[in-house]
Amino acid sequence: MASEQPFTAQADKLDRLEFDVVIVGGGCAGLAAATVCARAGLRPIVLERGRPGNKNVMGGVLYTRPTAEVFGEFWREAPVERSVIEQSLWVLTEDSALKIGYRSKAFAEGTPNAFTVLRARIDAWFAGQAAAAGALVVPNTKVEEVLRDGERVIGVRTSRPDGDVYAPVTIICEGVNPQLTQQLGMQGEIEPRDMSSVTKEVIALPPEVIQDRFHLAQDEGATIELFGDSSARLLGLAWIYTNRDTISIGVGVSLNDYVKTQVTPHDMLQRLKAHPMVEALVDGGEVREYSSHMIPEGGWNKLPQLYGDGVMVCGDAAMLVNAVHREGSNHAIWSGKLAAETAVLAHERGDFSRRTLANYWHRLYREVPTIRDLRKYRYAMTYPEKHRAVLGAYPDLASYAAREMLTVDGVTKREKEWRILRQALRARSVFGMAYDAIEALRLI
Amino acid sequence: MNEGLADKLYLLKYNIDDESHLVLKNPERCKKCESRECIYRCPAEVYSWEGDHLQIAFENCVECGVCKIVCPDCNIDWRYPRGGFGVFFKYG
Repeated sequence: MASEQPFTAQADKLDRLEFDVVIVGGGCAGLAAATVCARAGLRPIVLERGRPGNKNVMGGVLYTRPTAEVFGEFWREAPVERSVIEQSLWVLTEDSALKIGYRSKAFAEGTPNAFTVLRARIDAWFAGQAAAAGALVVPNTKVEEVLRDGERVIGVRTSRPDGDVYAPVTIICEGVNPQLTQQLGMQGEIEPRDMSSVTKEVIALPPEVIQDRFHLAQDEGATIELFGDSSARLLGLAWIYTNRDTISIGVGVSLNDYVKTQVTPHDMLQRLKAHPMVEALVDGGEVREYSSHMIPEGGWNKLPQLYGDGVMVCGDAAMLVNAVHREGSNHAIWSGKLAAETAVLAHERGDFSRRTLANYWHRLYREVPTIRDLRKYRYAMTYPEKHRAVLGAYPDLASYAAREMLTVDGVTKREKEWRILRQALRARSVFGMAYDAIEALRLI
Repeated sequence: MNEGLADKLYLLKYNIDDESHLVLKNPERCKKCESRECIYRCPAEVYSWEGDHLQIAFENCVECGVCKIVCPDCNIDWRYPRGGFGVFFKYG
């Protein structure tokens, strides 16, 4: 079993220890960083408060290329679920769905584009890779605080007795609750608008049923993102992903919008599962796991300071998530990799000051195109706040338009177009629509 | 399908600590709170109002961190459980 990694015997006898690199957190970012450090000949230690994977939750789609940059052709042996060949977007109203999708078997050929994964399984495999490369991965160990000498980070204090761990460079991959990053003053207060609250279930169904319902061959997977009624018209996104013998279904809503309602996150998920279009897909399944997590959606304007003297911040802790395109784990892996390579450079130079560690951020911005996307989308999350019609009137209008045009009832198409226009004008003024459209174009 | 939240939390594997990792900075302040966001926003019904005080069923916590952020008074001294404690997801 991939989840039963042989953690070394030292793990339970943490003493005052010196390493080349301390890595806080054994998720995508931390384990990528550890693997890269260890392969370069450094001695990294990963401190994980649970066991790798067991504390982590994701939708989840894992993009292949960034992952392969660290873990090679991982899909040949790692516990991935299905290779994604079809991606759809559904705009939901109470009783209908407007569907846009793209399907191509080419996604699964050569280097597949993306896989559905379950983090408890895949992270355990990543941890195995890090350990095999020579990293020490220590489970059940929580980092309580960062140790500093003046401004310089010199290590961390763990929850174990005498559990201080020292290194000239610390890579913080602590995840979506950036306690240590805040403690260092590198991130400010996190506000409700910066976070989305996600509830998710893993629902068991026989593989043949999943393949039948989603028109898939064995090993092929499909993803559906849902918008509109799926999050009760609140700013959010829901999804349905096919795994091997389970379906992952989840819904994330901006905390800023959640606080305007009395709908609980669990109710939101139940509501989604009860939608007729959704129910048909999960019908007869058995809930195997319920979970919840936050997605950092503060975006470009809420990026923390990513480096300081003796310290770098990666992954969710660094808010490196593109909420619009559900990209996060790719940034986590990329940032972990580049932070690790910067740690190697720092060791070569013998300089662990912010001057050398700045390379991490410069390379991340220069070399990772999807990080630059964060800048492009920096107003994306405030758009629906100002343009509520996107969540309210427009899904209804799109549904009305589609139904009109597809219904044959003795009315000319010209008359139907007029009906749709009249309906649109009832929902939103010409100026309102123009304003929404112009602002939307400015986003792109 | 088992649809109750309690049933679903029952499916989760926990290693429960003796002491709560979620502590109120000042329980008195919660009495004046009108929104009680923690109660509505928690995905695991950790928070409930019992008579005159806020009850914290920390053993249900799935460690998302929402309560800390939505508390209008920043009254929750939020932290993760100690190493090796809390929820352990099998799928994630």
